[in-house]
Amino acid sequence: MSEKASRVRELPKARYEELVEKFRQHVRALPGGEAIDECIQCGTCSGSCPTSWAMDYSPREIIAALRAGNLEPILEGNTMWMCTSCYNCYERCPQKIRVTDLMYELKRLAVRHGIYPSRMRKSVVMAKTFVNIIENHGRNSEPTFMMRFFMKTNPLVLLTKGLKLSVKYITHGRLNLLETVFPKNIKGRDGIRKIFAKLANTELGADAPAPSKEVH
Amino acid sequence: MAAPKSYLYYPGCSLEGAANPYDTSARAMMKALGSPLKELDDWNCCGATTYFSVRELQAFALSARNLALAEQQGGSDLIVACNACFAILGKTAHYLAEKPNMKKQVNEALGEAGLHYYGKVNVRHLVDVVISDIGADQIAPKITKKLAGLKLAPYYGCLFSRPGGYADHPENPVKLDKLLATTGAQVVDWEAKTACCGGMVLQTDEKVAVRLMDSIVLEAERSGAEVLVTACPLCHVNLELAMSKVEKKRGKKFNLSVMFFTQILGLALGLSMKELGVNQMLTMTQATLKKLAA
Repeated sequence: MSEKASRVRELPKARYEELVEKFRQHVRALPGGEAIDECIQCGTCSGSCPTSWAMDYSPREIIAALRAGNLEPILEGNTMWMCTSCYNCYERCPQKIRVTDLMYELKRLAVRHGIYPSRMRKSVVMAKTFVNIIENHGRNSEPTFMMRFFMKTNPLVLLTKGLKLSVKYITHGRLNLLETVFPKNIKGRDGIRKIFAKLANTELGADAPAPSKEVH
Repeated sequence: MAAPKSYLYYPGCSLEGAANPYDTSARAMMKALGSPLKELDDWNCCGATTYFSVRELQAFALSARNLALAEQQGGSDLIVACNACFAILGKTAHYLAEKPNMKKQVNEALGEAGLHYYGKVNVRHLVDVVISDIGADQIAPKITKKLAGLKLAPYYGCLFSRPGGYADHPENPVKLDKLLATTGAQVVDWEAKTACCGGMVLQTDEKVAVRLMDSIVLEAERSGAEVLVTACPLCHVNLELAMSKVEKKRGKKFNLSVMFFTQILGLALGLSMKELGVNQMLTMTQATLKKLAA
């Protein structure tokens, strides 16, 4: 499934075209996903975005690229990884495009196909670490999550800034040290595993008839 | 007349972790208001922004398991104190109602765990329940300690009213303002009430998040507030972590405390600092502590 190629333009042509098609399908299968066809390139999304100044391409440009079948700015840029999920764009889009949902979908596709800029590795590691804890324990234990995340991305910080901060949280009764190693479990964790197993190979299906664009 | 509401409480992972004073104070506050919180049994992760970044249907199913449990345990309304959990559980409920095919897929998966979601749960934010269901009139006679002279900036963050505006107006929410006003404190009007704290970006790109928090802190200072009042564990922890970074960047100290809204209302209801976990707060100025102890 995942491929090593991190540069989009190095992908074989057939593979690239297959990816473009996949991206289009997935984006349109989202609830309200077909609204992307209605984009008027007004830039309300980019103007409303608290982090667009830190993005290589603005949300407006990403939508244009997606519609033009150009995956390079999407997969080689940092746009969706800079999305904080604030839903300003989602609320303000005059065409009712759910831009935040679109950013999530682009993240998922990038993770699934293993194509993202190496400088965005931290975000991907974060997501994968989190998912692993949930799938095995049902709930997230923050101490386990932070410990594993920093071990994989910046172990040194655990001995410097992280240690200082941990002491502060421990002395204020807000960090359970045991939980850095032993995460909490829910009773229904087997049930959760079964739920995930059932969906392992299922894609979000499109509804017929198409969902009304009025629903927002 | 609508059917009577039966509440269940969904704490979420953060309220079991670094935001545990939010959980403690929420329970104490609701008890003092005469509506003690009953926790949803065996709840799981809401899906969080992070899970949604990896797999979609699974994330909706994960989120929906909580809604199915709430139905099974007789809850008509699921009360959520964390903005992120609130937004995600609410979004799941609305999307499942909107997309029957997705609901079918999710229910097939839930069936594997002996569960089914019929679509009857209202996901509610704790702020909304306190001010809309209990209401200012019911709160007023219970206020035993007026917080007059305390200047508060209600900080809603993003996910209290977005997406969808289910709890309040998406751009200009007012419910936390109204709730805090019941304590007799002065609630300031300020521009950053729904500004983004940076969310998980603080962990992946600190500079970006600190710049967002910088403008929130500056605007809070301009407004004259002395306490930034949060209704979200992520906003809260981010503000705590970033305050010293903003101070370093600006080369000055800000006279700002960061507290949960449940602690403020709890104090006005006569609960002690200890019962509300105020001693567990990391960003408290001496001036605020003095006023609260008076």
